This record gives sequence, C-alpha cells and structure tokens, in this order.
Amino acid sequence: MVTATAGASLVRPVARTARRPRITAGSAALTGLAWVLALVFFFPILWMLLLSFRSESDAASPRLFAAFTGVNYDGMFSGNVRIALLNSLNASITSTVLVILLAVPAAYALSIKPVAKWTDVLFFFLSTKMMPIVAALLPVYLITNNLGMNDNIWALIVMYMAANLPIAIWMLRSFLLEVPREIIEAAQVDGANLPTILRRVIGPVITPGLAAAALICFIFSWNEFLFALRLTGQDAKTAPVFLAGSIAPEGLFLAHLCAVAFVVCLPVLLAGWAAQDKLVRGLSLGAVK
Amino acid sequence: MTAATVEYKSDMAPPVSALPGSSFSSRMKRRMPLLPALLFTIVVTQLPFLYTIYISFIGWDRDHPEFGHKFVGLKNFRAVFSDSALRQAVFTTVRLTVLVVLVAVLLGLSLALLLDRRFPGRGVVRTLLIAPFLIMPMAAALLWKHAFYNAQFGLINAVINGVRGWFGNHTPTSWSILTDHPLLAVAIPLIWQWTPFMMLILLAGLQSQPGDVLEAARVDGATNFQIFRSITLPHLRQYLELSVLLGSIYILQAFDAIYTITRGISNTTNLPFAIFQTQVEAGDYGLTSAEGVVVVVATIVVATFVLRTVSSLFKEEA
Repeated sequence: MVTATAGASLVRPVARTARRPRITAGSAALTGLAWVLALVFFFPILWMLLLSFRSESDAASPRLFAAFTGVNYDGMFSGNVRIALLNSLNASITSTVLVILLAVPAAYALSIKPVAKWTDVLFFFLSTKMMPIVAALLPVYLITNNLGMNDNIWALIVMYMAANLPIAIWMLRSFLLEVPREIIEAAQVDGANLPTILRRVIGPVITPGLAAAALICFIFSWNEFLFALRLTGQDAKTAPVFLAGSIAPEGLFLAHLCAVAFVVCLPVLLAGWAAQDKLVRGLSLGAVK
Repeated sequence: MTAATVEYKSDMAPPVSALPGSSFSSRMKRRMPLLPALLFTIVVTQLPFLYTIYISFIGWDRDHPEFGHKFVGLKNFRAVFSDSALRQAVFTTVRLTVLVVLVAVLLGLSLALLLDRRFPGRGVVRTLLIAPFLIMPMAAALLWKHAFYNAQFGLINAVINGVRGWFGNHTPTSWSILTDHPLLAVAIPLIWQWTPFMMLILLAGLQSQPGDVLEAARVDGATNFQIFRSITLPHLRQYLELSVLLGSIYILQAFDAIYTITRGISNTTNLPFAIFQTQVEAGDYGLTSAEGVVVVVATIVVATFVLRTVSSLFKEEA
C-alpha cells in the first residue's frame, strides 16, 4: 500500500497535467453548476451577514436589499460578548495546548516505539469518541459541583481535553508513521535520549501534523455547546452559550442575533479557511491525506 | 499535490521497532510517554461512568432532596425499558442519522465529482463550499430557525408568499416547516453543515486515483460512466465507508440543532436530547443515569462491531 501510494504520487501529476482541459459546452455547464451549488451552500452565511447590517424592522421583512446600518455591532467587543469570547478563547486554546502536550508522547509510544498491545490502546482511545457524551453529563456536573468547580472554565478545559485527546493521538500517530526509521535509529545509536529525539528528529516532521491537530481541537472546543451549557454560569459562559441566550423572549432580535452569530463564528471560519489543506487529514483522524 | 490515501489500511504496517524486550524496566520505559494521556483519559472518561452506574441504582430526585438517595435496585432500569418515549427516541435517532448521513454523502459525492476537474475559480468554489462546516452548530441552528424557518419573518415563507403573490394569491401561507416537517427542519442544518465534510473526504479519495489507470481506460475508449462505475467507485469504497462512519459518530450525538430548533416536539427527540431532558428538566437523576448506562452498553455492542470491521479493514492489506 505504501509503495503503491508512492508510485501513484509519481505518476499522477504527469498524467493530470498532460491532459489540458478542453472547453466544451458540457464542461462549461459543469463549471456553472459547481459555482451555483457553491453559492447555494454559502448563501445562508451571506444572508446572516446581510441581516446583521440591517435594522431590526428591516430584518423582520426579508428583502434582498435594505438600508445599511452597523448598529448591531455596537458594543460587541465589550461587556458580556467580550467575556464570552475571552472564555471561549481560553477554553479552546488552553485545552488545545494541553492536548498536544499529552498527545505527542502518547502517539510516539503508539507508533515509533510501540508499547505491547498498542492496537488495543489505540482502539480504546477511539472507542471513547463513540461513547454518547450526554451520558457523562450528570456525573461530570455532580463531580464539578462537589469540587466547587461549577462555573469554572477549568471544568470545561478538562472535558475538552478528554474529548479531543483521542483525535489528536490518532492524527499525530499517522504523521509519526511517516518519520523514516533510519533517522530515529541513527539518533539512538548516537545516544540521543527521548526528549532530544522528540525535539530534533520528530519535531520538524510532525509540525504540519501539530498544526492540523491543533486546528481540529480548536474548532471542536470553540463550537461545543452541551457541556458549556451545563457546567458554566455567568462567569465562565462561552460563546455558544452566550449566543443561545441572545434570543429575546419578545420583540425583534434577528439582526442582533445575526451580528453576534457572525462574530462568534468568525475565528473558526478564518482559521479553517486559512488552514484548508489541514482540514481533511484532521477530520479523518489522519486517515485521509 | 501529493497523492491522498486512506491510511488506515497501511497503518497496520509492522511497527518501526521490534516489540518490547523481556525486561520489566524496558517495558516501563516504553510505556512512560503513553501513561499521562492514558491515565487522563481513563480518569476523565471512565470514572464518571462508574459514578453513573452507581446513581442508576439510586432513587435520586433533584427537586425532592427530602426523599434522600435510596437504593432502589433495578427500578430505574425497568422504567427505561418500559418507557415508550425512549423507544421513540431510539427510532428518531436512527431516522435522523440515516437521513442526514445519506443525503450528506450523496450531496458530498456530487460536489466532490464536480470539484475533481480543473475550472476557473475552483479554489474559490472549494472555499465557499467548506464554509458551512466551519459555522458554529449553535449559530447554524439559530440562523436556520429564525432567519429561514420563522413563519412570519423567515426567508422560506417570504419566498413562498412572493411566489403566491405573482399568481394573484395574497394571503400568506399557513405552511411552516417547523410544524409540518419538524424532523426535516432539524435535518436541514445538519445536512448543510456535514455535506462539506463528506465532500472533503471524498474529494481527497477522487484525487488519489491513479492517473495512469484512468488514462489507460480513456485510451481504451471507456465512457465517463464506465470509468466511474468500474474504477472510481471501487476506489472510493474505503473513503465512503470512512465518511459514513465518522459522520454517523457525530450525527448520533446531535444535540444543538434539536435543543434549538424544535426542543424535541413531535417526535424529534433523539437519545441525547431525551437523556438531557430527564436530567435537566425532570431532574430525575436515577432515571437519567439508567438511560445513560443502557445507551452506553448499547453503544459498546455496536461500536465493538464497527471497530472490528474497521480493524479488519486495517489488517486486510497489511
């Protein structure tokens, strides 16, 4: 499989570039279709953005064009929105950093110097991803209460670490398998210890893997709602919980809601767009390159 | 661009170093890097489950602390298995997952096929298409509910009323997706978000097809459809399996969309939302724990089967 892959990667670019696309009516139609579908899929986001720049009364009667106003973004980066954004940043970034710190050595022990029964360990990690997270909601809620950790961002950080650790281990392992064994053996012969091998030999090879793992962990933590709803109150409230609470029980709220939604979506949207090439490998736990 | 491959088959290649030697200390040395992650995962994911099992044998009503926490034997489990609403939730979970995963895979495959060619603006099209997956699920649910589904202010009914207006019918429609097709209302945002995910994995699969084989087939006069059926689809099989497996893991756990869009009305309550309701709204901690235990045990049975399939896929080509 590995050699077949290498062979394919040698052959493919030649074969692909050799065929110059011919412009026919059929291919123009397919191109048009691709563009139309892309716009259809993107439209809800565009609509959210359009509504966020309208007055509430304009947003309540849907038309394509309406007067522009920035009023919904007033005070967006102060008060409660700011607290929620900072909490989300804290939970996502701290949990991601800690996950990577735990996952790198673990992935090492499951690939380069595998422990006995390494497949069992690998599948144990994966199996925790299949468990219904809602089943952990009550015990975790009760335990955090007993520890006096309710409305404490660290409770969320620990839960996000547990949720993302299997993903990071599986992904980083798939990158570590690409480290040439000769280099590691040569380093060992030269008497390098584990930290040195990690830093000097493996580090450079898995840097793209770290970026992909960090991106996926960041996205999942940023977007998580269920545990954030249950474990936080006023102080540690994260962006999704704040967003869910920005619906007014009465009166018009759609334009304001769209502005808040756009602001809380923006970090992940930008990170995901910037690192598009890392998404596939991350989402497939490293299985698809 | 490098060739893409579903690595899980070649993953099971022989380990780089030989398996641990006989000495205890060398085995411990190998385990050291693994222990922090393993202990953390066991403590955070397994211990709470032991606590859940304990609570599932207890009568614990949050709203009546005066009753205390008494051992009630299998009472909670009997309640779980005689609860028709919970059976309905199982059914809804399966229906929602099948609907979302199936439609998302089919749409994702179509989009991947469209993007597996060179055309002007392909990068922009790809960028626009993955955007829905990057939207916060809570934001997506709120957006669809209030900006699209709302019978008064939503875009869908505005368009329907506009079209009716052209035909001289100026009474606003009484149709609403929220009341007429609630499960579809939950499914649409999920399909919208997960189609790009399927597209990305399947596109990677398409682009890893060996170019020389495709070329040879074309030279031999195969039609596009023949190439798709005889070369592309068999090659895509493992990518399709992977996307269905990963998609199902996430859609089975769908919560935000149901919590936001329907709150579980008219049979849109899936298992996660049902357990959440027993716990947070009814406050029946014993029952919610028993539900959790039953669902986890059922998941273990299904997951063992799935993992066995996955690991046999691993070994197939090793």
